[in-house]
Amino acid sequence: MHQSSVRRNVVAWLQAGPMALVFLAFFLIPLLFVVIVSFWDYNDYEMLPIFSGRGYTDTFEGCLQQLPEFCTILRTYGSTLKFCFLVWSITLVIGFTVAYFLAFHVRSKSWQIGLSLLCTIPFWTSNVIRMIAWIPLLGRNGLVNKALVEAKIVNQPLEWLLFSEFSVVLAFVHLFTFFMVVPIFNSMIRIDKSLIEAAYDAGATGFQTLVNVIIPLSKPGIVIGSIFVITIVMGDFITIGVMGGQQIASAGKIIQTRLDAIQFPAAAANAVILLAATMMIIFSMTRLVDIRREL
Amino acid sequence: MREGRSRSFYVLAALFAAYVAFLYGPMIAIFVLSFQGPDGGLTFPMNGVSLYWFERLFSGGNGIIDIGAAFVRSAKLGLMVAVLTVAISVAAGMAFRKKFVGQAVIFYVAIASLIVPSIITSLGIALEFRLIDDGFKTFIDENFSTSMGLLTSGLAAHLTWTLPFGLLIMFAIFNRFDPRYEEAARDLGATPWQTFRHVVLPMILPSVVGIGLFGFTLSWDEIARSSQAIGPVNTLPLDLQGLTTTVTNPDIYALGTATTGVSFLAIGLALFVIGFLQRRQSRHGSDAGSGML
Repeated sequence: MHQSSVRRNVVAWLQAGPMALVFLAFFLIPLLFVVIVSFWDYNDYEMLPIFSGRGYTDTFEGCLQQLPEFCTILRTYGSTLKFCFLVWSITLVIGFTVAYFLAFHVRSKSWQIGLSLLCTIPFWTSNVIRMIAWIPLLGRNGLVNKALVEAKIVNQPLEWLLFSEFSVVLAFVHLFTFFMVVPIFNSMIRIDKSLIEAAYDAGATGFQTLVNVIIPLSKPGIVIGSIFVITIVMGDFITIGVMGGQQIASAGKIIQTRLDAIQFPAAAANAVILLAATMMIIFSMTRLVDIRREL
Repeated sequence: MREGRSRSFYVLAALFAAYVAFLYGPMIAIFVLSFQGPDGGLTFPMNGVSLYWFERLFSGGNGIIDIGAAFVRSAKLGLMVAVLTVAISVAAGMAFRKKFVGQAVIFYVAIASLIVPSIITSLGIALEFRLIDDGFKTFIDENFSTSMGLLTSGLAAHLTWTLPFGLLIMFAIFNRFDPRYEEAARDLGATPWQTFRHVVLPMILPSVVGIGLFGFTLSWDEIARSSQAIGPVNTLPLDLQGLTTTVTNPDIYALGTATTGVSFLAIGLALFVIGFLQRRQSRHGSDAGSGML
């Protein structure tokens, strides 16, 4: 008995070993390096392996003196959190509605598969392409502005449609609602239809069934989708860069700027801060549901 | 559920249609605009119809980047990532069907790799390879330039992104897998390897092709993890992202249409292979059945 369990473990480790090795060498050790280097010193051209808190103090420079005004880093995190919240709530509403329609109103299996595939196809295209695809629609001479001007709703083209906070949120929703739809849909199709019949027989209205039966049972999917969307928006520097016309700061973009200036310890310090902020949000979400059990 | 279409069905169907239009509208716009005539600009209306911008793209006439070379580099990397993702994920997927020591650790690390912001992973890998380089320069060869590159740090960065997906897909596959087929094989005296090779693998092969497809497309479009870790030469998406800041003509739309074409080609090919495997499987299945009766 004991011998066979040892053997089983050896076989399992031979099988899972390559994956474990990749994550160790290219994920865990690099993360460790990020933490270590965040405490190194640096000058204009290189990092110096001497213990220093400069990466952090530079990041928070002037934050105490400026109070109650927010310093750059705090304002940046504030705006990143604002994007997070906006994108999260919009994708949640749209994602839930789409998943609900697919799971409960589309009755034939083949229609369900066909329509899900329809939502999946754009996901196979490069994100950058899907971002610049908004230019012909939202640009100064884009379709939307032309239509608005011709309909005499506005006198001159709107400037805030593109390269603005509006276009950033729009692009996030466009790109990542899919990450909300899939897990919520997965949770919903596992709901036993007889539970809904039971609610109906017991006299519940459609809305009551939704609130008291469907939403609680879809919770795992909602949490998983939310984690996806929130981590993406927290770390993003590409969407905010392209759609914000390189004018809007974000937590991810600070790291990139530091890297461009070859200030590795400062970049690493910002990475640690971003990681801590992201993990705090995630942990509070996983309190709500055991992800492992749901897979 | 209940009989007849309720009013909420039509409301939801309309919302769904609006969502699909929202998904496809912008993309269709740039696909159409990439076929503009030579005088075309970034917006509607179309200024003639031609393949001018595609020709310019592949003849390197835009003078900004060498699209052809970036194309080949990205495709090569994507294929490597696909092959490795399949091999590593399938092996790990087999391991996860039984309990083993350290199982939970690997699982949580995989999930963590998925949700830690990509730029942090990318930065970590860049730092790691930098330190390796420094080690080389100090101890082995003073003139050593860098170990970072497409198939070293770049490949590593992409695997940290594709492997968690591969593992999750393997979980889904084996959730539906009936272990009695393996027991039957074992009872007939098959070795573990024979059982895997002749029983398990043919049954899961269609989904395994799906993992490869996922690996390829994830790598093909990846930017955030490549951004710091890729080394001196860029992948196609990175070049593309660079172009967005200087975009003034439909070059970039043509490039978008072309890369999307490759994605769709890969999916089409994968779906074809999956369909072929499934047909073969059901044919063999039914043969076996008719032989028994």
